[in-house]
Amino acid sequence: MKQGILSAAFIIAMAGTAAAQKYYTKNGSISFFSKTSLENIKADNNQVMSVLNAQTGEIQFSVLVKSFRFEKALMEEHFNENYLESEKYPKATFKGNITDMSRVSFATDGMYTVPVTGDMTMHGVTKKLSTTGTITIKGGKVSAVSKFFVKLADYNISIPNLVKDNIAESVEVTVSSSFDQKM
Amino acid sequence: MASMKKITGIALCALLSTTNLMAQQKDTTDLLSMLEKEVAGDEKSQTNYTTATFKTTRLINGHTVENVAAGVLDVKISHRFGRLNTGSYELFGLDNASMRMGLDYGITRYLMVGIGRSTFEKTYDAYFKLKIFRQSTGKRKMPVTLSYVPTVALKTLKWEDPNRKNYYTSRLYFTHQLIIGRKFSEGTSIQLMPTYVHRNLVKYASESNELFAAGIGGRQKITKRVSINAEYYYQIPGYRLTGTTNSLSLGFDIETGGHVFQLHFTNSRGMNERTFVSETTGLWEKGDIYFGFNISRVFTVGKRRR
Repeated sequence: MKQGILSAAFIIAMAGTAAAQKYYTKNGSISFFSKTSLENIKADNNQVMSVLNAQTGEIQFSVLVKSFRFEKALMEEHFNENYLESEKYPKATFKGNITDMSRVSFATDGMYTVPVTGDMTMHGVTKKLSTTGTITIKGGKVSAVSKFFVKLADYNISIPNLVKDNIAESVEVTVSSSFDQKM
Repeated sequence: MASMKKITGIALCALLSTTNLMAQQKDTTDLLSMLEKEVAGDEKSQTNYTTATFKTTRLINGHTVENVAAGVLDVKISHRFGRLNTGSYELFGLDNASMRMGLDYGITRYLMVGIGRSTFEKTYDAYFKLKIFRQSTGKRKMPVTLSYVPTVALKTLKWEDPNRKNYYTSRLYFTHQLIIGRKFSEGTSIQLMPTYVHRNLVKYASESNELFAAGIGGRQKITKRVSINAEYYYQIPGYRLTGTTNSLSLGFDIETGGHVFQLHFTNSRGMNERTFVSETTGLWEKGDIYFGFNISRVFTVGKRRR
C-alpha cells in the first residue's frame, strides 16, 4: 500500500516536471534577405508562432505569409501576389526535431549549438530541411536562433527572367524566437 | 501480496509515463495549432484590407480604385498613336503620336496627387485621388472600395479667335469621378465610375456645359503578371457634344518588377478625363482605333508609413 502511494507520488511528480517543459511564443521573428549585385531585399515578420518541447526536442514554427513587411510597398505586393501567393497558401510551417537534446541543459545558463531536422512547408511545397540552431538559456529564459538558406526553386517559386538579376536564387532566412511562455 | 502491489505499481508507473510521453509529442502539434487558432481569432477581430485590386492607378485611359503607396512616386509616360484606319501610308497610325507625361505621388495610404501634360490640345491636368472606403473583411466588413477623383484640366492651345474677348477660365475643365471597385477574386476586379464633367466654354450656345457619364471597367488576370482590361464610358444622352461617341478601350497590363506596361486599343485620342469621356469622336466599327501604351515606373522616395 505504502509503495502504491509512493508510485502515485512518483507519477504525479513526473507529470509535473514533464508539463513544465514546453516553451512557446506568438512573437517570434523570421526575416529573410536576398542579396544580389543589383538590389538587396529584406523582409521581417514578428508574428511567428513557435513551440519547443524540451523533453522530446520537438520544435515547430508557423507563420502567416502576408505579415512579412518589406521596405517597399510594391515588393510586398509582388511577394504576396506573384511569388508566395499568400491568398492561396496563407501559412508557412516548420515541424522538426532537435536531434540531440541531451546537449542542452535547461537548468544551466549557456549557449548550446544543436542540429535540427524537419519538414518545411511553404507555397504548398513540403521539403526536408536540416540545419543547426543555437539555444540560449539565460536566467531560466529560453531562446532559439537559426540561420539557413532556402532555394526558391525548391518551393516552386519562379522568378521571371526580367527580374532574375534582382532576386537571389537562394535567400538567407533567419529565425529567432524568445520563448516567453511555458507550460 | 506486497510484491504483487509493487509490480502493479511499477507497471502502472511505466504505463502512465509512456502515455504521458505520447501525449507530450502530440501536445507539441496541438499547442501549435492552438496558437494558430488564437492568431486566426485575432485576425478575425482585425480588419483585413483587400490589396492589388488593379495593377496600377490607371485602367486604360481612366483611373482605377488603386492609389500609389505613401511615399511612392509613379512616373507615367503614355502614348496614343494615330488611327489604325489611316492605312499603310501612316503605318497604321504609328507615324503620329500624342503623348502624356505624368507624375503621381502618394501622400498617405488614402491620398495621392498627380500632374500631367498632354501634347493633345496642349493640356495640363492635375488631380487628387482620395480613398473613402477600402474593401475589407474581418472586423470591419466593406464590400467595395470607394474613391473620389476630382481633376482640373487646362487647355493651352492658342485662342481660336484672338479678336474676341477671351477669358482665362474658358481654358478650364473640371471632372469629378466616384470610383466604386470590387476585387471579386484573385483574378477578377470590376469597377463603376459615375463621372461629371464641367466645361466652362462650349462651342455652340445649344451645347451643355455639363456632362454626366457612367463608366464601367474591369480586369481579368490571365497569368500572375498579365491581365486583360476593358473600360467603357457611356455619355448620358442630352448632355453630349455633337459628333462625339462613347469611349471604349481594350487592353493588357503586363507587370515586370517595378514597371507596369499597358498596351491597348481605344477609340479615344485624349488621355485626360474630359477628353476621353466627353470628346471621343472615333467609332470602332469604322476602324477609328488608336493603338497606345502607358508605362508606369515607381520609385520609393519617401519613408514608408506603417
